[in-house]
Amino acid sequence: MLSASRASRAVWLWMIVGLVGYFIMPWYILEDGFFSFEWLDGYPFDTDYAPAAFLIAQGEKLWLAPLVLPLLLPLVVIGNKDRQRFSTLLIIAGSAGLFYLFAQGFAIGIRGFNAEWLGVLFGELGDRQFGFGYGAVLLCVAFLFYLTTGVAARGYINGDVFVVGAIGFIISIVAIFIFFPIAQMLSSALRDNDGVYSLAVFVAKFSENKIWGLACLSENRGCGVAWNSLFLAVIVGAATTVLGLVFALVATRSGFRYSNWLRALTVLPIITPPFVIGLAIILLFGLSGTITQWVAGVLDLQPSRWVYGLPGILIAQMLSFTPIAFLVLIGVVEGVSPSMEEASQTLRASRWHTFKTVTFPLIRPGLANAFLLGFIESMADFGNPLVLGGNYDVLSTEIFFAIVGAQNDQGRAAVLAIILLLFTLTAFYAQRRWLGRKSYITKTGKGDGGSHSLMPRRVMWPCYIIASIWVIFTVTVYGMIIYGGFVETWGLNHTLTFKHYITAFAVGVNDFGLHFKGSAWDSFWTTLKIAATAAPLTAIVGLITAYLLVRQNFAGKQWFEFGTMLSFAIPGTVVGVSYILAFNVPPLELTGTGIILIISFVFRNMPVGVRAGIASMSQLDKSLDEASLTLGASTWRTFRKVILPLMRPAILAALVFSFVRAMTAISAVIFLVSAEYNMATSYIIGRVENNDYGIAIAYSTTLIFVMLSAILLFQLLVGKTQTTRPLTQSRTNVG
Amino acid sequence: MKLRCRIAGAVTLALMGSAGHTIAAEKLTYYCSAQEDWCQLMATGFEEATGIKVNMTRKSSGETLAQIKAEASNPKGDVWWGGTGDPHMQAAEEGLTEAYESPMRAELHDWSIGQSESAGNKTIGIYSGALGYGYNEEILKANNLPEPACWKDLLKPEYKGHVQMANPNSSGTAYTTLATIVQLFGEDEGFEFMKGLHKNINQYTKSGSAPIKAAARGENTIGIVFMHDAVKQAVSGFPIKVVAPCEGTGYEIGSMSLIKDSRNPENAQKFYDWALQADVQSRSLEVKAFQVMSNKTAESSPQAPDLASIKLIDYDFTKYGSSAERKRLLKKWDDEVSTLPR
Repeated sequence: MLSASRASRAVWLWMIVGLVGYFIMPWYILEDGFFSFEWLDGYPFDTDYAPAAFLIAQGEKLWLAPLVLPLLLPLVVIGNKDRQRFSTLLIIAGSAGLFYLFAQGFAIGIRGFNAEWLGVLFGELGDRQFGFGYGAVLLCVAFLFYLTTGVAARGYINGDVFVVGAIGFIISIVAIFIFFPIAQMLSSALRDNDGVYSLAVFVAKFSENKIWGLACLSENRGCGVAWNSLFLAVIVGAATTVLGLVFALVATRSGFRYSNWLRALTVLPIITPPFVIGLAIILLFGLSGTITQWVAGVLDLQPSRWVYGLPGILIAQMLSFTPIAFLVLIGVVEGVSPSMEEASQTLRASRWHTFKTVTFPLIRPGLANAFLLGFIESMADFGNPLVLGGNYDVLSTEIFFAIVGAQNDQGRAAVLAIILLLFTLTAFYAQRRWLGRKSYITKTGKGDGGSHSLMPRRVMWPCYIIASIWVIFTVTVYGMIIYGGFVETWGLNHTLTFKHYITAFAVGVNDFGLHFKGSAWDSFWTTLKIAATAAPLTAIVGLITAYLLVRQNFAGKQWFEFGTMLSFAIPGTVVGVSYILAFNVPPLELTGTGIILIISFVFRNMPVGVRAGIASMSQLDKSLDEASLTLGASTWRTFRKVILPLMRPAILAALVFSFVRAMTAISAVIFLVSAEYNMATSYIIGRVENNDYGIAIAYSTTLIFVMLSAILLFQLLVGKTQTTRPLTQSRTNVG
Repeated sequence: MKLRCRIAGAVTLALMGSAGHTIAAEKLTYYCSAQEDWCQLMATGFEEATGIKVNMTRKSSGETLAQIKAEASNPKGDVWWGGTGDPHMQAAEEGLTEAYESPMRAELHDWSIGQSESAGNKTIGIYSGALGYGYNEEILKANNLPEPACWKDLLKPEYKGHVQMANPNSSGTAYTTLATIVQLFGEDEGFEFMKGLHKNINQYTKSGSAPIKAAARGENTIGIVFMHDAVKQAVSGFPIKVVAPCEGTGYEIGSMSLIKDSRNPENAQKFYDWALQADVQSRSLEVKAFQVMSNKTAESSPQAPDLASIKLIDYDFTKYGSSAERKRLLKKWDDEVSTLPR
């Protein structure tokens, strides 16, 4: 009966939330935003700002009136001892409320009825409504948790109100912010330009020669974009994996003393805004680039535009994505248990033989993982092909220009997006299939004392050479980037100047105090605000999901996991296109707000939070939760008081990653920025377009330093306590 | 002005009582498709002149048209200023913009009024610029190439790999080029020209002004662009020489439109009238915009290409701005030109 009273308490809580939504909060979305509080002027009677109850009282929007029934329905059964009746009524109230809320939202839009048959059925409406505001959202939340509480009262997952509620919540938001937009995009791919559904149009667009053409094999012209993307992604995946492995071996198996520096260096590209690497590569290898000119002079050749196209994109993507492969592989290489290698060497195998037959097979799954990450990242990359693509068209840029270009064809963009999505999803699925079947666990927690043996010579030297070349190259590129921010005009006038920094970040003093005069401040503050809001939300959603996946068992768990990890495989351009299609009209009217940017970041980066959470949670002994639960704490309390504090590293990882991604993302952002919410990356692309390399580079350099300090700050905030000690202590206590 | 608004607001408030509608802060959502600094100048200029708060988004004209189209059932923008005329004409054709006859029309050049009338007064010309090309003198010299002066010069085999233009599928500038060539040489000969040009092109860029920017930075030799874009690079100190092709050339009319069913229609009209004033248009020089402005008395730069001295064709905006003709030409270009080997 403990959980029964808990369920009743939950119902009370959500009813209050729902009542606040219905009677107090403004029902519709506010044009000036909630936190400008302009709505207080005229509230609660002004029909733009009124809560639902006040609208109905004034005889407006009467179709909102029935919502009060399911909201108050649970009063009938609250405190009722009959569990069956209690849960049935809650489920009815919750699902009926949700259904009616969304049905009216989709049926009545900005121009009255959204579908003609509704007008025929009910007569012309002569009224209209805008998107959901906070009032509607709160009511929606209340209905959702009525439903989950009802399901919990049925005994699902031991009748645990918190767990069922969390599952319901995650499913709902994933459905709304991942599946709904993708579905909208699919349906737009199936329509012709007049909005009529037509399979023929889809097939014609899908099988276009521009997408699948194979002319490059036989003649001197380009292949279809799909092949271009695929070919590029395979090479980038392979190359970044090899380089990542080389670095991982040098860092862990060579006795190399400065491996910390190596790690720092490889992190750099992750926090570099897009375009910058591309620009640096043009400055080095372009027709008038330093290196091209030098080589041409030495060899007495005519300099050429060789870098534009596949070679350029390849170099830039390898620079950008090798660190990702490195980070994956260093964990794997370190994770191989030394005792295995020692065993091999004790059996008199040579170092080379050990490496070939023991170490290498054990890191193979890591290689597959790294390859697929590189593959997906390359497919989704937008900035580098844009700057360096030449005539080598790839899907991500083609999608962008299908929407913004003179042809202006949303249907074609959707078709291309579907192809891109098919590629990445196939890779994603292949990875899960392939890695899911085999076990490569060598660390069993049973006393792995030994230290890693060094690489054999014949592996070591090539590794050293490749790594050194790459390090020199990376340092050169970043040197160029920093230098580029301080010269007057690249390629023309190399006088040193602070001009670009002053244009972008000038600060003056006027009557009101500090005045941020520089042209970049506006987008800078917006970016900072949005990244700082998105990061904790991503961490929360990710960790709750991880908790459900690791600690709870429920039907359909695989699908739940797949759904939450899916967004990782969805390229940013696809997210951008589908969000515009889905969230421009009521009931979910989010375009032009900062919220849509935050949401897109949260859902794009959620899988990383989930992964980090799973990894760290699997290391926590379940007996800890059980002890807490046995002592009478609720699951929510256990999660908050026991698990959360032990997961600091995972929280940190999720925070850092989502913050950095929010500051450097471009592909989705470019579709979603608006006048009020302009982001740094979209400002930078504008400067690049305008040939203002100086400001673009100066701004990017600033962002790199901001991100570095933010990472340090997060580390200070989150990582004060080490998790290892309390963990071992509690383990010994429990054991 | 600001004060008057406040007083008006207070009076209305008092009249209507607390239950009535209130006057929200005066504002304007402004989509801009010209260069960033020009957009900024217009936004702050209007704020200073009227006290109306301006929210600006800068996107290329294609992007903006896509956005307005996507937002058609719930428009967020009020006015769309700048960018080549074709997307504005297209928006007019698709009923995304509002007809308006500004009292400022008397002060405008005929080409501006003409364009407006051909779109049912749903758009108006604010500046115009002639098409041409520019080349990087240093690279030309380094490669021992002759100086080109006509469109047909660009077909010479020695320029192979030295010419750049944008892809007409993604850029309004390049579409204007295609339409100009078709009007100049006739459709058949025009497409023969495009095929010949194709052999010399090193890259079809995505954005219209990219070819001359690449030439400025020494990444390309000849870029087919609007002449004012080339002039801008030359004035910035790059070794760019601007060419007005000897056969004659087409031109664009940068336009302005009011978005239909917008949220602040009165402020949008205010902006519209204001943007056509001579003193406002003269400020284009501050941001090195070398187009010819539509107000007859607006100043133009001595460095700007003088439209009077350039042989301009009689560009048919109605025909070549229509969706059907555009689609037909682009498809033909796609099928017959872009698929050819180089």
